[in-house]
Amino acid sequence: MAPEMSEKTQSSRATRLARWLVSGPPLLFLAVFFLLPSAIMVLASFRYPGEFGGLAPLFSTVPGVLHGLTFETYQFFFSDIIYVQVFLKSFLVALATTLICLLLAYPLALLIARSPKKSRDLMVLLVILPFASNFLVRVYAWMILLGPQAALSQAINAVLALFGLTPVHLLFSPFAVLVGMVYVHLPFMVLPLYTNLEKHDPMLLDAAQDCGANAWQRFWRITFPLSMPGILSGAALVFIPVLGMFAIPDILGGTGDMLIGNLIKEQFLGTRDWPFGSTLSIMLTLAVLAVAWLAARLGRGGKYYA
Amino acid sequence: MAMLEIKNVTRRFGDFSAVENVSLSIESGEFFTLLGPSGCGKTTILRMLAGFDLPDAGQILLDGKDMVDTPPEKRPVRTVFQNYALFPHMTVAQNVAFPLKMARIPAAVQRKQLQEALEQVHLTDKAAAYPHELSGGQKQRVALARGLVSRPRLLLLDEPLGALDAKLREEMQVDLINLQRDVGITFVFVTHAQVEALALSHRIAVMRAGKVEQVDEPSRLYSAPCNRFVADFIGHINLLDASVLQAAHGHHVHLDIAGLGEVLAPPHVGLASGGKGYFAIRPEQVRIGVHEEVRELKNHFSATVQQFLYRGDVTVYKVRLDNGMVLEALLPNAAPGRARLFEVGDTVSVGWRHDAGVFLVA
Amino acid sequence: MRRGWRLWAAALSVYAFLYLPLAVVVVYSFNDSRLNAEWIGFTLRWYEVLLHDREMLLAAGNSLFIALVSSLAATLLGTMAGMAMHRYRIRMLAFMVLTPVAMPEILLGVSLLLFFIQVLNLTLGMLSIVLAHITFSIGFVAVIVRARLAGVEESLFEAARDCGASQWQTFRHITLPLILPAVVAGGLMAFTLSIDDFVITFFTAGVGVQTLPLRIYSMIKIAVTPEVNAVSTLLMLLTLTLIVLASRFAPDALKGKA
Repeated sequence: MAPEMSEKTQSSRATRLARWLVSGPPLLFLAVFFLLPSAIMVLASFRYPGEFGGLAPLFSTVPGVLHGLTFETYQFFFSDIIYVQVFLKSFLVALATTLICLLLAYPLALLIARSPKKSRDLMVLLVILPFASNFLVRVYAWMILLGPQAALSQAINAVLALFGLTPVHLLFSPFAVLVGMVYVHLPFMVLPLYTNLEKHDPMLLDAAQDCGANAWQRFWRITFPLSMPGILSGAALVFIPVLGMFAIPDILGGTGDMLIGNLIKEQFLGTRDWPFGSTLSIMLTLAVLAVAWLAARLGRGGKYYA
Repeated sequence: MAMLEIKNVTRRFGDFSAVENVSLSIESGEFFTLLGPSGCGKTTILRMLAGFDLPDAGQILLDGKDMVDTPPEKRPVRTVFQNYALFPHMTVAQNVAFPLKMARIPAAVQRKQLQEALEQVHLTDKAAAYPHELSGGQKQRVALARGLVSRPRLLLLDEPLGALDAKLREEMQVDLINLQRDVGITFVFVTHAQVEALALSHRIAVMRAGKVEQVDEPSRLYSAPCNRFVADFIGHINLLDASVLQAAHGHHVHLDIAGLGEVLAPPHVGLASGGKGYFAIRPEQVRIGVHEEVRELKNHFSATVQQFLYRGDVTVYKVRLDNGMVLEALLPNAAPGRARLFEVGDTVSVGWRHDAGVFLVA
Repeated sequence: MRRGWRLWAAALSVYAFLYLPLAVVVVYSFNDSRLNAEWIGFTLRWYEVLLHDREMLLAAGNSLFIALVSSLAATLLGTMAGMAMHRYRIRMLAFMVLTPVAMPEILLGVSLLLFFIQVLNLTLGMLSIVLAHITFSIGFVAVIVRARLAGVEESLFEAARDCGASQWQTFRHITLPLILPAVVAGGLMAFTLSIDDFVITFFTAGVGVQTLPLRIYSMIKIAVTPEVNAVSTLLMLLTLTLIVLASRFAPDALKGKA
């Protein structure tokens, strides 16, 4: 009995060592480069801006220098309707992007899921492939396609001219922003949807048809409700990054198409008001958490896959 | 005219002929079973009845109307699927009421019919449960209720008991018989389990390789199989090579069993002297003993016990006849206590009544 | 399949929507015109211009260097994290690994910017970019490695221990060979993410260092030129190669990402 015991304690000591050897380095690295910076940002949102940008010191004996902690930036955020408006607009853009992505992704995901097994992988790869090319390249492509000399603009404006209407600019408009958002995030909707639809038992559709359901009823009463978990995870994967996106409005949008991301970027790199930038970032984080929480809560209805 | 007429139906998948020129007629209120090994075409017939598949040739008439242009959702036919195919996102009540909803039946009527259907399968207390919360037997009953709720002309059951364990399966068999009798709807049942088929059906069609081998009542099928396949597929049977000595001689025929001698068998139309085939006899018809009573039988031989298998209710003896053939005999363990009446190596007498067994043409 | 054509039509137009813009970029990179408007004729001139663009070449070199260093470090740390997440229930680790993957990139970018300048007092440049890239890549590697481990029969490890292998020997002879494809795929993924990253790099690069995406960004903010098309095409070719390589090593890795 005794030697076994000692061997056991020895092995559990080795086990504990292995545990820290494996989990220690990534824990430490992420604590320093993810957790700590996040905490710093929370703290920064309660500080005063520095005289020449950045942050004011926490402690100072020099008279006239602002220091310590304050709620000022939060008061400022809620005192000016502009910021709330930008948040609302960002939510609207994210919502519209999500809905358009869903509309485009559903038939594609359904087709892939109902294709023969051997062609599915290729069809999925074809969805991922453009998404693997550089993000900026994909956005840039729309600068060409929506540009004033491109066929699309010319055609639309030719039609408008027929009716005596003023020509429109497609590029640097909310429309361009939306197109760019949808284009960049579409695969995030297709993949979870496909993963969900692929799991559906085709027998259920036969059973529904047997019970008298026509094609339309089979879709709305069986396929669609069963795909809800896929829709929700796809929606979260599209909605959340769109909410914080600054590059697409920056490149494809006009001056009026500022979203939360652009506001944050402006605070950090433009006006260099870091406390307010941090406040905006915290607000964005809260918004993201709320969306994620909502998606998880709604997704709890997906229990029947257990 | 029968309620359901399957006329010369053929269905091919490429070169493979799943159903080959099958004709069946099924009466209203009947419990009809398609029985056969997997791949015999029974499920293909079921799918064609439901409308998920169409015949390449032939007709399916329901109440005299050709079904070819009627899609599944428009047929007065419901299916109980092999793995139930319950909708996982709907409660038991929603599942069962689904066909009523699709038929746009008024809500009040829906409620009444739903209640009735749930009562029929004893699931009233599970109405709000989801399928994943149910046991296998309960899922089975939900599928049945969903099939019956809108009073179809025909209920198709595709191996519905296959996924249940043995004990539950037996209970469900009794429930099914009662249910079918109570609702009076025509059942077409597909199975590869002959015990199930024998217990449940009014009539059985035995299928092999896309063709119907025999259609008959269970007892007729068991006692008078029309060929070797049917005899072998249904229950256990001893098959002995035999030829006809004298075709019609009063109440029996005289057969010659190779190396054994002459036996008497029940008469059979269409037999000709000299015809070759098999003499088939069920193990429970073979008597085994040392007593005079066996020797009093017209057909009796001496044999050696080779092996026995104790099964609880019965003991199966394998005895070797003098011609080297091995015969199975079944002895009920009716008397308490000793179950083993003979030991391996014992010399015994085996025999059977002259009206037992059947001659099958090769 | 009678009504299948509608689904096909819808799906094919979505595929067209996905590929048309990229095709346009590639085609115009060979167009003998300054304007991305009409087709004039075939040329390789823009690739030649690229070859002589010192700033672009420097940016490409920086990008490759950053991707190489950060993907190596992220592969090591991410593999450890993936193994730890599989074997131990450390909630904090799972949270720190998965959150940066799920959050909008800008949040990680600005918090690192604050951190580097305010706390570390670091001059933004190569080092800050590399550290930032490691931070967001760890999660992707960890998820791929963990998915692979989840597919391995647990009894294999027990069998190895039963055969007398120590923890290290079990790792060396059983675990590592089993997860190696996922580790390689994760590494390639980290490399691709680093080469491609714009948002986080944008906040952590400072003024001194340019990467390829930063260079492209500053070019397209000024004007749309065929040179951008050419560099985009080359970049596409590079990521395509990496993706094909990654899918060779771990076919499920790509799905695991989403």
